[in-house]
Amino acid sequence: MNAISLNNLDISYGDSKVVHGVTLDIAEGESFALVGESGSGKSTILRAIAGLAPDWTGEISVLGKARTHGIERAVARQVQMVFQDPYGSLHPRKTIDAALSEPLAINGIGNRGERVETMLKAVGLDQRFRFRFPHQLSGGQRQRVAIARALMLEPKVLLLDEPTSALDVSVQAEILNLLKRLRREQGLTYLLVTHNLPVVSFLCDRLAVMRHGRIVEVADVAQLKSGQLAEAYSMELLAATEGHAGAAA
Amino acid sequence: MSALLSVENLRVSFPTHRGRVEVVKGVSFELGRERLGIVGESGSGKSMTGRSILKLIHKPGLVTADRMEFDGVDLRSQSEKQMRAIRGARISMVMQDPKFSLNPVMTVGEQIAEALVTHEKLPRREVNERILAMLEAVRINDPTRVAGLYPHEVSGGMGQRVMIAMMLIPSPELLIADEPTSALDVSVQAQVLDIIDDLVTTKGMGLILISHDLNLVSRYCDRILVMNSGVVVEECAAGQLERATHPYTRGLLAAMPVLNEQREELPVLDRTQWAGT
Repeated sequence: MNAISLNNLDISYGDSKVVHGVTLDIAEGESFALVGESGSGKSTILRAIAGLAPDWTGEISVLGKARTHGIERAVARQVQMVFQDPYGSLHPRKTIDAALSEPLAINGIGNRGERVETMLKAVGLDQRFRFRFPHQLSGGQRQRVAIARALMLEPKVLLLDEPTSALDVSVQAEILNLLKRLRREQGLTYLLVTHNLPVVSFLCDRLAVMRHGRIVEVADVAQLKSGQLAEAYSMELLAATEGHAGAAA
Repeated sequence: MSALLSVENLRVSFPTHRGRVEVVKGVSFELGRERLGIVGESGSGKSMTGRSILKLIHKPGLVTADRMEFDGVDLRSQSEKQMRAIRGARISMVMQDPKFSLNPVMTVGEQIAEALVTHEKLPRREVNERILAMLEAVRINDPTRVAGLYPHEVSGGMGQRVMIAMMLIPSPELLIADEPTSALDVSVQAQVLDIIDDLVTTKGMGLILISHDLNLVSRYCDRILVMNSGVVVEECAAGQLERATHPYTRGLLAAMPVLNEQREELPVLDRTQWAGT
């Protein structure tokens, strides 16, 4: 069964259409990346799957079930999103404990204290952070909290929108390791949006290159590693990244 | 050859309720007409080092140095008025995000003109010519049209090129670029840095490139300073980066995923290792 299946998906914000006819199947347990420049529509696809961009036509199915346009509780329990900026995505006046308990309260799940403790341990945060506020945490610690919050409902699919681009390299490495370990332990499916190709190489199995709201190419990560992408535009992106890394190598 | 800029034992501190905290702890370096990169993570003091050269750190921040000379001028003893004659004209700085650094209610052309006219009295026609020439130099295709646009009408990459045009039009001798591309896409980053590199080389200016990206700095600079918690932990030639010896630099290099990634897990910095330094 496919974890996420998009069929001829068009997404608009008001009058402007930003995603054109995207068709994509992501298998369960797969880690899939959407790459492209800003404005290519990659984040918009995530938002539509999460129910945050309701103005779409076509078909979105999650774990075999077609999803409606609004925010659905059943979908929310299976699909959760982690945002780019850990400084903006946590409520500044709520403790970590409150932020992590909230999804449980909404869905009427009991045994909250214990679940919060287990989850903090799973993302590698000490229990002493539990009753702190976001401003008392570093960027990396906050992103761990954001990941923990997304995992509180034990979803099957995580939508990751540039999860490490606001972080320092050394912290990025910690979060990438964490994401890799969590996927192994909990059998998660990832749909990752990024413009950083080395991150894709580390974390993903397949990738789709997007441009101007369309998918240019779907490739295996092995093709990325050996630098053998089919489309000219994909190679351009690859060259831009290699140019940076090339000098040091 | 005498150095363009020499800094000795630079210290920057800010007061907190637990006493003064030093964010730059005795940094020294010399710069000729070359490209120097300063690399470090958030909080390493790299931006503060750049800002203190232009005396842009205001009270209650405190800057002290044993020596801070730019082309024979002692920057420490310059008054605010004297500094204004130096800023822009002789040393200028490109900031991180064009969205926040451009004036939203002035057209691009007016802002570039302002940078020029502040330091030089020129007839209006010549000012216009210089603006268009400068916009062309930063590879803007249609300079006449772009000069009439407001900052919100241009893209991020174009905005940053406008910033560079503004900073370079008075022909400064030293350019400080503080994370000039971190708000931009990878594909645009290379373009913007190539432009800076090109102009710096042809005009024979000095460049200080401040960034958190080791690879980027090693590509565009001749020499690199690696900073960690206010101290320069390593200084090396850009080509020698692979052979860096300090554990912090090595850790940073190893923590970066590469395009052909084979490692199952990325090595993580052990922060206790050099906590003493």
